Amino acid sequence: MLEIRWHSRAGQGAVTGAKGLADVISTTGKDVQAFAFYGSAKRGAAMTAYNRVDDQPIMNHEKYMEPDFVFVIDPALVYTTDVTINAKENTVFIITTHLSTEELVASQPKLEGKTVYTVDCIKIAQETIGRAIPNTPMLGAFMKISEMYEIEFFKENMKRILGKLPQKIIDANMLAIQRAYDEVK
Amino acid sequence: MAFDKMELRETEVWDGNFAAAQALRQAQVDVVAAYPITPSTPIVEGYAKFLADGYVEGEFVMVESEHAAMSGCIGAAAAGGRVATATSSQGFALMVETLYQASGMRLPIVLNVVNRALAAPLNVNGDHSDMYLGRDSGWIQLDAYSPQEAYDLNFIAFKVSEDHDVRLPAMVHQDGFMTSHTAQGVKTIDDDTAYGFIGDFKPMNDMLDFDHPVTHGVQTEEDWHFEHKARQHNDLMTKVMPKIQTAFDDFEKLTGRKYNIVESYDMDDADVTVVCMGTSVETAREVAKEMRAKGIKAGVVGIRVFRPFPFEEIKAAFKNVKAIAVLDRSAPGGTPGAMFNEIAGALYNTDERALLSGYIYGLGGRDLTKAHLVDLYTELQANVDAGKVTTPLQQFIGVRGPKLAFL
Repeated sequence: MLEIRWHSRAGQGAVTGAKGLADVISTTGKDVQAFAFYGSAKRGAAMTAYNRVDDQPIMNHEKYMEPDFVFVIDPALVYTTDVTINAKENTVFIITTHLSTEELVASQPKLEGKTVYTVDCIKIAQETIGRAIPNTPMLGAFMKISEMYEIEFFKENMKRILGKLPQKIIDANMLAIQRAYDEVK
Repeated sequence: MAFDKMELRETEVWDGNFAAAQALRQAQVDVVAAYPITPSTPIVEGYAKFLADGYVEGEFVMVESEHAAMSGCIGAAAAGGRVATATSSQGFALMVETLYQASGMRLPIVLNVVNRALAAPLNVNGDHSDMYLGRDSGWIQLDAYSPQEAYDLNFIAFKVSEDHDVRLPAMVHQDGFMTSHTAQGVKTIDDDTAYGFIGDFKPMNDMLDFDHPVTHGVQTEEDWHFEHKARQHNDLMTKVMPKIQTAFDDFEKLTGRKYNIVESYDMDDADVTVVCMGTSVETAREVAKEMRAKGIKAGVVGIRVFRPFPFEEIKAAFKNVKAIAVLDRSAPGGTPGAMFNEIAGALYNTDERALLSGYIYGLGGRDLTKAHLVDLYTELQANVDAGKVTTPLQQFIGVRGPKLAFL
């Protein structure tokens, strides 16, 4: 079982990202689950979304999770929420920030001793898609760190999932995914 | 007016709401009258989009309340069409008056209920308060534990509800958010096969048959009211279960997916078991397997058909078990949980009455964790070892503050 927790603000696309990732993984025959805590679902409110992936049918519906990966797609959430809650010793953190990994860990002591990667998904999204929607770049970074799939395979599938959007937006998302894949450290 | 078919992949990643919306499209529902409410909104939204995009031939009626939504469904069903809608929680509560009208008038309507807590305090998350509120309404109530089942059970609901020997409305329940907004793999049925399973809608005593005028919604006082209610109850008690079983059998032949009126998992040699509904059934199945690795013979029973209540099937399911925990996800308001009471009633006259205890859990979407279930099975095993229920009859799982226990 692979488990992922997303930290996001409502409106930044964590749910879409989690569902998109689940869809791609599902095409390879694995069982998937993608869900979120909505709370009162106000735009901009801190929220979490979740993925489960397994070779077996996933029966577990508990919301409690000790994640293998934590994605943080809004830079401020590292300080305003506890992104390390219920983490395991080997949990991998991929965090959106303009800081370097060293600077980030220095600014948030809870991340000390954890496996932390950083990438500026907000900047990448703004420069490619034209809006601060950091969900698809985060998945590009995840592909690099996890080595789950070849990036081309992943992008081909994401093209299908984003299929209803205008071609320009799809192309921009592909650029964003590739850039985050290349830039995550 | 023609409509387009939709190409589906063998496995789609859908949440429970979208799975239900796809089922309504494939059933080619004629009329949806709806007043959307969280968390069921995407079901009727989905139908409306399919309609606007030309994937379904039908009518979406926008109304001013859930009371009007069900009233519109009743009118359309009496007129002679295939009818469905969806609601949750407060919307369901506002529908209650018309739910009794629908079942009393013997109108086949499929209502997707995305289970959600009832205010106050206001809460949009999943528990079974609304499902329990419908339990005396004379409807058939089917319960899904996952998006796949929310999809599949809609087909079962249409097939049974519209059967001329049944003619009773049916609810398909799924857990708010835990199923409705959780995307999982759903094995699809192609459009023609799905529609073929239900078949064309066959009207009966329809008001649009002008050659055979009928009256719906009549008044009967002490001269006939009791007979009508008794006949309806008789049909619920005797006719519905065999039709559901036949529909399950046919569905299994079609898809390979097997449903049972009462679902039993690891029950053949179980000493201790949990009985519940919704997503909790699946979580408990996973924990039961883990308990077996620890030497506790754990099983799970899931109620698939909540109404009519599967009295006989329950007796059979618990035949050799030693301790049972009944999990009710609804505030019982000054009594043991409703399902606890009903299961106690089913088992009271059996020879091997197992040790029975009740638990209230998960109100307002409170998480039922695997750790909770491990504790629960451990407690049940302690009851078995002691040969008696060592705890109060009613306990609360996962509530903060001092431990709550009664009776």
